[in-house]
Amino acid sequence: MRTDGRFGEFGGAFVPEILFPALEELEAAFLEAREDPAFTAELEGLLADYAGRPTPLYRCRNLGGDLVRIYLKREDLLHGGAHKTNQVLGQALLALRMGKRRIIAETGAGQHGVATAMVGALLGLETRIYMGACDVERQRSNVFRMELLGAEVVPVEAGSGTLKAAINEALRDWSESYPDTHYLLGTVAGPHPFPYMVRELQRVIGREARAQILAAEGRLPHQAIACVGGGSNALGLFTDFVLDEAVELVGVEAAGRGLDSGEHGATLQRGRPGVLHGSRTVLLQDDDGQVAESHSISAGLDYPGVGPEHAHLAATGRVRYVGATDDEALAAFRELTRKEGILPAFESSHALAHALRIARDHVSGEPLVLLVNLSGRGDKDLEAARELLGDEQRSAG
Amino acid sequence: MKTHTGDRYAEAFRALRSRGEGAFVPFLVLGDPDLATSARLLDALVLGGADAVELGIPFSDPIADGPTIQAAALRALGAGVRPVDALELVEGFRARHPRVPVGLLVYANLVEHAGRERFYGACAGAGVDSVLVADVPAFEARPFAAAARASGIAPVLIAPPNATSATLDRIAELGGAYTYCVARRGVTGVRDRLELDAGPLFGELERRGAPPPLVGFGISRSEHVREALAAGAAGAICGSAVVERVGRNVGAPERAVAEVRELVQRMKSATS
Repeated sequence: MRTDGRFGEFGGAFVPEILFPALEELEAAFLEAREDPAFTAELEGLLADYAGRPTPLYRCRNLGGDLVRIYLKREDLLHGGAHKTNQVLGQALLALRMGKRRIIAETGAGQHGVATAMVGALLGLETRIYMGACDVERQRSNVFRMELLGAEVVPVEAGSGTLKAAINEALRDWSESYPDTHYLLGTVAGPHPFPYMVRELQRVIGREARAQILAAEGRLPHQAIACVGGGSNALGLFTDFVLDEAVELVGVEAAGRGLDSGEHGATLQRGRPGVLHGSRTVLLQDDDGQVAESHSISAGLDYPGVGPEHAHLAATGRVRYVGATDDEALAAFRELTRKEGILPAFESSHALAHALRIARDHVSGEPLVLLVNLSGRGDKDLEAARELLGDEQRSAG
Repeated sequence: MKTHTGDRYAEAFRALRSRGEGAFVPFLVLGDPDLATSARLLDALVLGGADAVELGIPFSDPIADGPTIQAAALRALGAGVRPVDALELVEGFRARHPRVPVGLLVYANLVEHAGRERFYGACAGAGVDSVLVADVPAFEARPFAAAARASGIAPVLIAPPNATSATLDRIAELGGAYTYCVARRGVTGVRDRLELDAGPLFGELERRGAPPPLVGFGISRSEHVREALAAGAAGAICGSAVVERVGRNVGAPERAVAEVRELVQRMKSATS
């Protein structure tokens, strides 16, 4: 390994020895590829012409107002319907460069699985997606999309059948298959080099948004806001603002049924340091160090760990982490849909919920500029929304 | 300074060499399927002829293990077994079997959660001789090895078939008791064929003065044990095949104990 993959005291490569050579190969390949103009050009070409970058920055017409200007970074308009496509393209090109013929991935909400299946189809890579059995149930349409795209979807029964179990299974597959397989991990978690590599591939979000908001407002935002499960869309947005001290960075975790209910995914607010899925980070765990099961209405935030760089940014205080409950997220989901005609993913609805809270409280004083990463679109959540809102919707209509 | 701990392994290896035998080391998950049965299963290992035992503390997310051992961990956790209970089982075992080397297999979060010093101290107190942390590769092993040594515990490291020379150097430098040689890629589990590609590895380890190599992962039949010894290993570790016999006899402790003992006997008989 050329670097130790640390973010302060967090990070590292805590994997069975058998996997270590795969990580070394990946680190070397990524560091070389990013210096290779041909690789960069191919990636940028695909990001522009295949995925649709740059994505727009949209100022809400009806949410917020003159006192609170809410800008949405429209990653939901990216091909595939979420920010996941950014880094999946990068890793898939890297897989080809390393001579792998097969890719595997874990998925929670199914967005990363869909993005992986898309590039598998595009680049002719055999694709297998591990998905918690419970998530398979609640994200049926994404399962069907992955299968249409030619991927094999493997439901994982262990534990609560969510993202954590899917990652365990993908790591096991990779322990055996790495000579011809790349593990296309979907977020800034896992062993080095994933947290670093995925962040670098997602940075384009903040790079674009920073220029866009300067052009629109002539100033940087007061707050940049993103939801945090594993944390890739948040680091994608935050990284190019980290040195802008005047910009408050806010990560919104899933508060589920409430931060004190024991049923949430608010790792950074309720977790303790530990080691999970290859890195030292912060995780939800019991008094013995057994990893806890998380809860969120949003499968993508339903994870008891978090990327190690977030653990570091929380420890240094550079990013403030807050929660949004299932109900708050659902209310934000409805509000954006009804007032702006944009259907956000449940995950992104958490970030939006925080922005709406600020808008509600900020009734006088200087105008605030909020930048919200709308990391994905909500089509995948329609079934769940219908179940949750069905009655209410009918009685309101 | 020689610790008492290193002595049990060294003594066992010395005795085996003088008899011209290899070591057979069976593995069980502590507390699987429950505490009472588990204590009897541990004794069955010794009665079957185990030269040392390798014991896992159940963990919620065992990424180095295949379905068999994961299921065992979940059975134990489901029975309410806590790390402190697991160490109590070891303490009881140590009292009954003062000379049998005991190795623990754990995951990093259990060590980190307790705090390294406290964790290894508790292991030493229970009579543990060595600890292998399954998700700590040589690259990350230094602070773990230091804390282990400070409590008189031998840190066991894993040597994969594809190890770089940097990894082998570090294993030789930091490792104690024995070197856990992984016969193949992948996770733990029962296989028909051993597919041992670790042969040249043993020479490399010996040249560097690393602790004696025991082969694990995929050892499920007596011919696998013979094959491992013939390739130059000092012994073989067998996990999933043992655990499988516990798994298929849940609710029938007598049969589990008998089957485990019988398996250990059969595997051990292949070491001479």
